[in-house]
Amino acid sequence: MIAEAGHYALVLALALALIQSTVPVIGARLRDPALMNVARSTALAQLLFVGLSFLALVTLHVTSDFSVANVYENSHSLKPLIYKITGVWGNHEGSMLLWVSILALFGGMVAAFGNNLPLSLRSLALAVQAWVSTAFYLFILITSNPFLRLANAPIEGRDLNPVLQDPGLAIHPPMLYLGYVGFSISFSFAVAALIEGRIDAAWARWVRPWTLMAWIFLTLGIAMGSYWAYYELGWGGWWFWDPVENASLMPWLAGTALLHSAVVMEKRNALKVWTILLAILTFSLSLLGTFLVRSGVLTSVHAFATDPTRGVFILLILCLFIGGSLSLYAWRASALKQGGLFAPISREGSLVLNNLLLTTACATVFIGTLYPLGLEVLTGERISVGAPFFNLTFAPLFVPLLLAVPFGPLLAWKRGDLLGAGQRLFAAGGVALVTIAVLWAWTRGGSAFAPLAIGLAVFVIAGALTDLAERCMLFRVPLSIAFRRARGLPRASWGTVFAHAGVGVALIGIVCESTWNTELITTLKPNDVAKVAGYELKLDNLAQRQGPNFAELLAHFTVSEGGKTIGVMTPSKRNFTTRAASTTEAALMSRGVSQLYISLGDASANGGIAVRIYHKPMVLLIWFGPVLMAFGGLLSLSDRRLRVGAPKPAKASRSLQPAE
Amino acid sequence: MSLWFLLALMTAVAIFAVLWPLGRATPSQGGRESAVYKDQLTEVDRDVAAGLIPQSEGEAARVEIGRRLLAAADAETDPQTTPRLGLRRTVAIIALVGMPLMAGGLYLHLGSPALPDMPLASRATAPVATASLDQLVGRVQTHLEKNPTDGRGWSVLAPVLERLGRFDDAAQAYRNAIKYDGDTAARRAGLGESLVSVANGVVTADAKAEFDRAVALDAKEAKARYFLGLAAEQDGNRTQAASIWQPLLADAPPDAPWRPVVAAALARVGAAKVPALSDDTIASAQNMSEADRTTMIRGMVDRLATRLKQNGDDVEGWLRLVRAYKVLNDPEKSRTARDDARRALGQNEAGLRQLNEGLKAMGIDG
Repeated sequence: MIAEAGHYALVLALALALIQSTVPVIGARLRDPALMNVARSTALAQLLFVGLSFLALVTLHVTSDFSVANVYENSHSLKPLIYKITGVWGNHEGSMLLWVSILALFGGMVAAFGNNLPLSLRSLALAVQAWVSTAFYLFILITSNPFLRLANAPIEGRDLNPVLQDPGLAIHPPMLYLGYVGFSISFSFAVAALIEGRIDAAWARWVRPWTLMAWIFLTLGIAMGSYWAYYELGWGGWWFWDPVENASLMPWLAGTALLHSAVVMEKRNALKVWTILLAILTFSLSLLGTFLVRSGVLTSVHAFATDPTRGVFILLILCLFIGGSLSLYAWRASALKQGGLFAPISREGSLVLNNLLLTTACATVFIGTLYPLGLEVLTGERISVGAPFFNLTFAPLFVPLLLAVPFGPLLAWKRGDLLGAGQRLFAAGGVALVTIAVLWAWTRGGSAFAPLAIGLAVFVIAGALTDLAERCMLFRVPLSIAFRRARGLPRASWGTVFAHAGVGVALIGIVCESTWNTELITTLKPNDVAKVAGYELKLDNLAQRQGPNFAELLAHFTVSEGGKTIGVMTPSKRNFTTRAASTTEAALMSRGVSQLYISLGDASANGGIAVRIYHKPMVLLIWFGPVLMAFGGLLSLSDRRLRVGAPKPAKASRSLQPAE
Repeated sequence: MSLWFLLALMTAVAIFAVLWPLGRATPSQGGRESAVYKDQLTEVDRDVAAGLIPQSEGEAARVEIGRRLLAAADAETDPQTTPRLGLRRTVAIIALVGMPLMAGGLYLHLGSPALPDMPLASRATAPVATASLDQLVGRVQTHLEKNPTDGRGWSVLAPVLERLGRFDDAAQAYRNAIKYDGDTAARRAGLGESLVSVANGVVTADAKAEFDRAVALDAKEAKARYFLGLAAEQDGNRTQAASIWQPLLADAPPDAPWRPVVAAALARVGAAKVPALSDDTIASAQNMSEADRTTMIRGMVDRLATRLKQNGDDVEGWLRLVRAYKVLNDPEKSRTARDDARRALGQNEAGLRQLNEGLKAMGIDG
C-alpha cells in the first residue's frame, strides 16, 4: 500500500502542477484574484503530495521492500540504516524524486512566505515554477519511475554502489540540489517579470533571499562534494575539473554574479535587464548540469544509469526551458525600463567588473566542458580537456577578480574615488607584500607563483578587514565607539566581509596544497617505517575485519614526529561481496589545518602492501574558505533590513562611507 | 484502511486545494510594491539617525526613492480586480472531474494496485514449510555474508546451489567450505563437479586437478573416480576410462544409486565385461547394440562440436574433437575439425602453437 500510495501521490502532484501552471496565468491576464490565488494552494498541496511520495520511497528503502524495482536494484537488507535512507537518492530515480521534492519545497515556501509579494507576480512566478515541475514529473513518471514493482519479489537486493556508502551521500546531494533547484526561484521570478513586463528594485528585494539561500547551499554542496572526493576516491585530489564538477561550478559562478548584480538592482535600480538575464542563465546552467549528469552523456560515479530515452527527454526539457526563456527575454527585455546611471568608477562599476569576470570564467568552464562533447558528437574524435586548459584560462580571469575584490566595497555608490579606495587599501597591500617577501625568503625554490598567489590571498583577506575597519572607523574614533559602530553595522556588511575573506582563505589552501604537497608511494611490510615531511609512519600490522556488508583489510599505522608518538591511522580497503566491488577508505590525520593522508593500494605477494602517503599543508583551508563564504551568506540572509544604496552627491566630502 | 480509500482521500485533498481559493469571498491581495519603497524611506531615516550615512547622501537617497515610490503608487491605482465567475466555475469543474480522471487514468496505466507491500521483515518470518527453496537459500546466504568463516554453512549450501543450477556460486561455496572447514575428498569432488557443470559437462584441467586431489585424500571417493573416468573418455582414452570405471563398479555397494550411471558409462566405452550383472538397467545397457552405442558416442561428439562452434577459444576442446573423429574412424571430419580449429584460433598464437603440438602428438600432420 505504501508503494502504491507513493506512486499515486506523485501522479496527483503532476495533476496539481498542470493546474498550477495554467490557471494562475489566465488569472493574472484577466486580473481575477481568486484564479491567481489557486497558485498558492496548489503549490502547497503539491509540496504535500511530493513530500508523501518521497517519504513513501524512504519507507520502502528502510523496510527493504524488494517488490519495488528501485529498492531491489539499489538496496540490501544488511546495509546500515543510514545508508538505507541515503540510498534513496543514491540512484537515478530516487535522486530525481529528491530533485522535484526540493522544487516543490521551494514552490511551497514562496506560497507560504510570499505574503509581501504582489499577487500577480507571486502567481506568475508559481506558475513558471509549475511548468518546470510538470516537465520533471513527466520525466520521472515516464522514464525513471521509482515506484515500479516486481511481481516476484527477490529475497535480496543488489546493494548500493560501495563508493556511495559513505556519510557524504547524506549531505552532498541534498545540499547540491537545494542549490541547483533554489535558483529555479530566481528563474521563475525573472520569467514572471518578463511576462508582466515590469521590473524594479522591489523585485530584487523579493528575489534576494531566495538567490542567497540557493547560493549558500550550492557553495556548501560543492565544498562538501570536493571533500568527499578527497577522502573517498583515495587519490588525495580535491578537484579534478571533471565535467560533473564543472556542471556544478558553472551555476555557482553565474549565481555569484547574479548575487552581486541583484545588489546593484536592489539598491540602485540599475543593471535590471542584465540581472534578469543572469537569473535565467544561472538556472539554465543548473538544468544543463542535471542534463549532463542524469542523461548518461558523461559516465562517472555520479551517472548512476545510462538510458538514451532519458537523455533525449532531458535534452527536450533543456531546450524547452532555456530556449523558451531566452526567446522570451529577447522579445520582452527591450520593453523593460532601463535603470539609474552611474560612473564607471563606482560601486556599481566595480560590481559590473565582477560580473564580467565571473561570467567570462563561467564561459571558459562551459567551453572546456562542452567542447569535447560537441567534438565527439560531430567528428567522433575523443579529446579530454583537463586541468592545464582550466589553469591557463580560469586562473588569469580570477587573478584580476581577486585583485579587484577589496576595492569594490570601498568605492561609493554612483560615483566613486579609486584613489581614495587605493589609499585606504595601502595597509592591506603592505601586509600582502611583506607576506610575499617573507615566503620568498623562507621557501626559496618551488614555484615562483606560489608566494605571489598567497600574497594575493592575503590582500583579499586584509582588504575585507580594511573594509570592516573603515566602516566602524577603527583607529579614528575611540575604541568603544568603534565597537559600538561595529555592532550597529548591518549584518549584510559583516556577511560581505566574511564571504570575501573566505575567498582569500580558500586560495591560501589551494596554493599551499598544490605547491608544497609531499607524496610518497611505496610498498610496506609490517614493521616498516615510512618518512614523510618530518613524520614517521610505522606499519604495525595488517588485519582482516568483517563489516556489516563488507570485509575489509585494515592497516594499522603509528604516526610519530621527532620520536614522539602522536597518534594512529587506520586506512582500509573494503570488499563488497554483493556488488563484487571494493573501495579504499583513506585515513586522515589533521595537524592544525594540514593533513596526513594514507590510502592503501593492492597487497603484494610477499605480505607487503602498496600505500600512498601524502602530507598536505594547509589543505583544510580549501574547505574552510567556502564554509566562511556560506557563513557570510547566512549573515546576509538573516539581515531582514531593506537595502538602500545612498548615492554620493556630486559634490561630496570623502569623510564617510555610505552604509549598505 | 484499504488502498482505494486512501487514494480517494488523497484525491479529495487535491481537489480541495484547487477549490478552496475559488470559493473564498475575499481573496488575499498580496503585498504592494510601494510598501517596499516606504520601508526603504524609513530605513534611510534610521541610517542617517545612526550616523551610518551622512546627511547629504541620505537626502539624495530619499529623493531617488521618493521618485520610485510615486511611480509605483501611480501604477497601483488602476483597477486591480475583475472577477470572472464563469471561468472560476470552469476551473472548479476541471478540478472536480478532470483531475481525478487524469490522475486515476495515469496511475492505473503505470501503477500496480493489486500488488501488496512486501517488506523484508514480514517475509522473513514466513513459516519455513511454506518458504520456497530460493528463500531458504537466500536466508542461508544472508547468514553467511555476515559470518563468512562458517565453513559448515558453506558445505551445506554448496550441494543445494549445485542442484539449483547456480554452478559458479556452488563452486565458490565449495571453495569456502574447504577453506574454513577443512579439506575432504567429498568437497573436492563436489568442487570438481561444479566446475564440470560450469564447463557444460566438459572435464576441464582445473576440474580434473580437483578430482585428483579428492582421490589422493580418499582413494574410494566414488564421484571423483567417475569423473576421472569421464575425463579419460573425453580425451578419447576409452581403455583408461574403462579401467577406472570397472573397479569403481566392483567396489560399489549393491544399493548405490549411481550404479546404473557407471554401468551405462562402461557400456558406452565398449567395455562389455561388466561384473555384477544383477541390475536390469546395466543389462539393458549391455544389450545395447554396437550401432546404438556408436550413435550415443556420436551424439556426445556432436555436442562438443556445437559448443566449439559457439566458443572457439578452447584448444583442449578442439584437440579432443579431432581425436574423437579419429577414434570414430572418420578421417575426413577429423581434418575438417583441424581446419576449423585453426580458423577459430586465428589470432591466438599461443593457442595455435598448442594446437599444432597436440596434433603432432596425435600423429596428425601439424
